[in-house]
This record gives sequence, C-alpha cells and structure tokens, in this order.
Amino acid sequence: MELWKIFSKGLVLENPILVLALSLCPAIAVTSSVVTAITMGLTVMYVITFNNVVVSLIRNFVNPKVRVPIYIISIATIDTLAVLLLKAYAPLLYKELGIYLELVVVFAIILARAEVFASKNSVVRSFLDGFGMGCGFLFAMVIIGIIRELLGNGTILGISVFGQAYDPALLMILPPGGFILIGYLVALFKIINNYWEKRQRIRGEVA
Amino acid sequence: MKEYLLLFASAVLINNFVLSRFLGLCIFFGVSKNVNAALGMGMAVTGVMTLSSMCSWAMYNLVLVPLNLTFLSLVVLVLLIASFVQLLEMLIRKFIPTLYEMWGIYLLLIATNCVILGVPLINIEANYSFALSTVNALGAGVGFGIALVLMASLREKLRFADVPKSLEGLGVAFILAGCLSLAFFGFSGMINI
Repeated sequence: MELWKIFSKGLVLENPILVLALSLCPAIAVTSSVVTAITMGLTVMYVITFNNVVVSLIRNFVNPKVRVPIYIISIATIDTLAVLLLKAYAPLLYKELGIYLELVVVFAIILARAEVFASKNSVVRSFLDGFGMGCGFLFAMVIIGIIRELLGNGTILGISVFGQAYDPALLMILPPGGFILIGYLVALFKIINNYWEKRQRIRGEVA
Repeated sequence: MKEYLLLFASAVLINNFVLSRFLGLCIFFGVSKNVNAALGMGMAVTGVMTLSSMCSWAMYNLVLVPLNLTFLSLVVLVLLIASFVQLLEMLIRKFIPTLYEMWGIYLLLIATNCVILGVPLINIEANYSFALSTVNALGAGVGFGIALVLMASLREKLRFADVPKSLEGLGVAFILAGCLSLAFFGFSGMINI
C-alpha cells in the first residue's frame, strides 16, 4: 500500500510537468508530434529511475558536502548512454530531438528526486519513486503530444484521424501553441487537484 | 562582419532562446514577476553565458577533440560550467562587491540551467569558430534578457487584471508567453542563415 503510494504520487498529484511545473523546456519543445514526445518521455523515465537507484545505492558513502557534483556526474553519465544509443540506432529521431536529449542532464526534476528522495530512502523505494515520476512525465508528454499533433496536423502517430476535409490549426504545432496549451492544462490539473483534495477532506471527516 | 551581425540578430530575435527554442523556461517564469529582477537576471545570464561559452569552446576544441574524448563532452561541459559559475561568484564577491549585490543571488540559480548549457551544445553542433560562438552566446543572452523584461512588464500589468481562479499564477503566465512568442514569430523568415 505504502509502496503504491510512492509510485502513484508522480502520476497525477505531483505530476512533474503539470503540477510541479519542473522541466518544462522539453514539454513544449519536443511535443509537436507524438513520436518525439514518447521518445523523450522514455529517455527521461530511464534516466530518472536509473539515477534514483544509483544515488540510493551510494547514499551511505557520499560525503554530504560534495553530493550535488556527484549526482550531476551520475546523471550526465546515464544520459550520455541514452544519447549514444539513440544516435547509433535511431539517427533520425536523434536529429529531430536535437540538443534537448542532451539537456536531460540539467532537468530540475531529476536532481530534485535524487536530492529529496533517493538520498534518504532504500533502493526499492527510490526505484518506485523514480519510476512513478518517470511515468507521470511520460504521461504528460504523451497527452500534450496527442493534443498538439491532432489539432495541428490532424494525425496521431502519423495516421490521419479526421480525414482530408480537416483544415489543421497550424498554430498548435508551432511554438506559441505549445505555450498556450500548457497554460490551459496547468489550469485543468489545478481544478482536478482541488476537487481531489476536497473529496479527501470530506472522506477524512466522515471517517 | 556581416556574418556576425546576422548571427547576432538571428540569436536575439528569430531563434530567441526562450520563445522559440524553449530553453531556460524555469528562470523565465520564476524571475519574471518584477522588472528590476528581470533586468538583473537578464544581465547576469548574458554575462555568464558569454563567458561560459568561451570556456566550453576552448575545452571542447583544445582538449576533448585532440584527445578523441568527444563522447565525454556532456559530463565535462556540465561540470565545467557549474564550477565556472561557482568561481565567477567567488571572484565577483571578492573584487566587485557592488556588482555582487546586484547579481549575486542570480548566479547560483543559473549554475546548472538548460539555457547556459544549451548554447555551448548548439555551438558545438553547428561547428562555429571561437568568434562566432561568442557572438551567438552574446545574442542568445541579449535575446533572453529582452524576453524576460517584456514578460516581467506584462506580468506587472496583469496584477490588476481579473483572472479566473484556476488560471491564476502559472496558467495565465503560460498563455501570456504564448502571445509573446506569437509576436516574436513575426520575425521569422526575416534573415536566412
């Protein structure tokens, strides 16, 4: 039960993109199509989970004074692996994602999870925390990607949905559309979270 | 000379780092609540970006390339820039205290930030010469500063507006950034490099 809670909080209540508003750069930059959004989401999921495990494993040997540089080296190494793999096996995707893939290193959410959670918790819990946060990230990226590709191009994963008659709203796949869409999504998640909290409170009073 | 001017203009207006490349959004939304802070942050970013891009160019082209270690560039550049900003902060605090009072708090915020790391990576990818990468970094910093100050002035005005409750704060700031980005979109196609 408790483990499920660690995993699930990253999905909605503490969603890294929509609620914590961390790591927004990729959320807008690479979500103009679903494929790039998924690739980016998976990369981040892998880096954050792997890094949480590594940080948790070494948490008793690291001198607290130098912990941040050590976390950064760990993140950079793990991310370099992902970059090199994609470069070798999916050069087209790599080209499309460009420098954003390399910039995963400086995503605040990864360092934040290492510092706040993994450096204080056991390996299993850290793994679940990273995995949950990664899933939340992937989930938000895919939602944004689907909405933008559907409205801006009339397709999902390159398959036409609305048929020929649809006149695509080009704005949505351009940068401004990304900003505006995220604005509304943040507002939507705020409403959902408020509703959820109210319900929890009522349930608490009844119990 | 023309090449440099074109690159500068394109980095400031057309490929604006915040509004069309989405780098440094954390700073962009975090420090754009009042104009004075935005101005300070803009100058700090410009300074740090130019200097750190010079360092990274030297590191990459004079050390990593001859040693055939370019696959380590990410690890090396992140550490280089983070320690460089730390060093800069110490030097400024020691020798120019007045500047430190203006900039100090921003310097640590930008030590590991995507916009500061992004510019050297773009320079490496485009294979720019030392002068060109410096100009690119300078333009990127100025463009970032302009966008930040514009955004801050808009948000100061917004304080008197009646915004729906769920959109308050971050939500409306994003929509505002979208409009600003739309305005900057008008510059695209002006210069082709």
